[in-house]
Amino acid sequence: MSDKPEKFIDENGLRLDGRRVDEIRPMKMEIGVLSRADGSCYLEWGKNKVLAAVYGPRELHPRRLQKADSALIRYRYNMAAFSVEDRIRPGPSRRSIEISKVSREAFEPVVLTHLYPGAVIDVFAEVLQADAGTRTAAINAASMALADAGIPMKGLVSACAAGKVDGQMILDLDKAEDNFGDADIPMAITSEGEITLLQMDGDITQEEFKKAIEMCKEGCRQILELQKETLKNKFAKLDEVEIPDEEEDVSALVESTLEPSEEEEESDIPKIEDAEEDIIDDDEIDDKSEDEESDYEDVEIVEGESSFEDVDEAESPEDEEEETA
Amino acid sequence: MGNEVMSILKKDYIYNLMLKGKREDGRTFDEIRNIDIRTNVIEKAEGSAWIKLGETEILVGVKLQVGSPFPDSAGEGVIITSMELNPIASPDFEAGPPKEKAIEMARVTDRGIRESGAIDLSKLCITEGEEVWIIFIDIHVLNNTGNIQDAASLGAIAALLTATVPGEREGRGEDRPLPIRDMPVSVTLVDIGGELMVDPDLDEETVCDTRITIVSNQDGSISGMQKSGDGALTEEKLLKAVAFACQKASELRETHLLNI
Repeated sequence: MSDKPEKFIDENGLRLDGRRVDEIRPMKMEIGVLSRADGSCYLEWGKNKVLAAVYGPRELHPRRLQKADSALIRYRYNMAAFSVEDRIRPGPSRRSIEISKVSREAFEPVVLTHLYPGAVIDVFAEVLQADAGTRTAAINAASMALADAGIPMKGLVSACAAGKVDGQMILDLDKAEDNFGDADIPMAITSEGEITLLQMDGDITQEEFKKAIEMCKEGCRQILELQKETLKNKFAKLDEVEIPDEEEDVSALVESTLEPSEEEEESDIPKIEDAEEDIIDDDEIDDKSEDEESDYEDVEIVEGESSFEDVDEAESPEDEEEETA
Repeated sequence: MGNEVMSILKKDYIYNLMLKGKREDGRTFDEIRNIDIRTNVIEKAEGSAWIKLGETEILVGVKLQVGSPFPDSAGEGVIITSMELNPIASPDFEAGPPKEKAIEMARVTDRGIRESGAIDLSKLCITEGEEVWIIFIDIHVLNNTGNIQDAASLGAIAALLTATVPGEREGRGEDRPLPIRDMPVSVTLVDIGGELMVDPDLDEETVCDTRITIVSNQDGSISGMQKSGDGALTEEKLLKAVAFACQKASELRETHLLNI
């Protein structure tokens, strides 16, 4: 480990890496980076590299852990053995267990868990490279992964830390400032400005703490902007892909959604031109629902879909021919 | 929060009491339960304290051993704090390795003591880079009726104040008192329906959304803080909690620690 620098802030008010006291390190993030996860985010913040993934809502095993009125959130903060200068032993440590707990609690106020009773929402945050502020980096990434997974939330959570070096309050500590500084105060703040994570160690006065809150609020506001921007970028792109430009296709979509049958929620159902096929399909569905009179719609939809797919595959070349004709 | 099974009725009851400005056990919102501390209760330990906060009972033992320092602080002693939520203390505690709740409270206690500089670790170096004193602070919870956190912190510093460095036993010079410079005191508040209450009992701890612990020192500075629980706090409420906790901590220090 390097030695303590003589001064953290120079005569121009700049820090060792050239930042102002209230400036956060450069951050970039990307969502949807893992194909198996329901939501994911890769985030770089200074030299921190963090990967977060969300699985769920999914069924929770063992069942005794299930909550009758809400989903359980599980949060696992984990550091890769190679993420720091001296290799750390893999697996949970007392530090990572504590961070996992308070990070989970940072999301409890925003995730609408009551929508998924009995389920679990698993959040995995992997620190691939650590350079101070990994818990806040992980929370920022996890927040994005949750949004990417489409988990209903009141809002995003953003996190950053304030600290104290050379008797001055600073925002977003780097490694040296964290190691040799006088205080470290990580916070997570909702888009509404409520504080959902707060830890502090070091030595500060009440006034300094007040200053720390103000700084973190501003830092989190900037991070929130970036988070929103990242989400908009991805989902704006998706819009472009999914809505076809050709007029005919759009009308087909509109017409098919007007179909009275409730089971036909999928947009890739046969087009209205296949009148005969449609009638047959409808009959089939009606028959089944009458026969069974049950709530197990899932089963029927699956069957219905597969028959639709068959029709689609078989008829699609003709469709095109008809349309072009 | 907490693992207790509590009926919605109970929640409702505590909430309604809060609306009337009352608490279940008749305390005011800013009132801490009775505290009783006895030090040096375990002769075999280098320092010890038995603390009763209301009906919550905790025994803290301090042991010192010679060991090797951490590479990044070669000239300083080492503090290791652990907490055991002993099954003797509550029907909700199970035997086995510490779970996140115990780990969190032990680490908050540890940070308070470490960051306040309460122990002069540089005086616990025997030979730099090779031998230092390792201080084990073991927190044994004996009966849980809420707010283990504050009882543990108070017990830990009380035990440290009475601890001796066992130089003779270990063949490292004479016995001497552990060098203590400060007395960090933790004060925990819970937010129930928008009102802050200090020193939560078990029911209050169970129904509250948010718990905030603030550790402050003799000069009024803050050395540790932790928000715990599923809720959120506004800036305003947080600052109020901090100011209150610092004032309450100095009262506790005067009545319970300065005479040790």
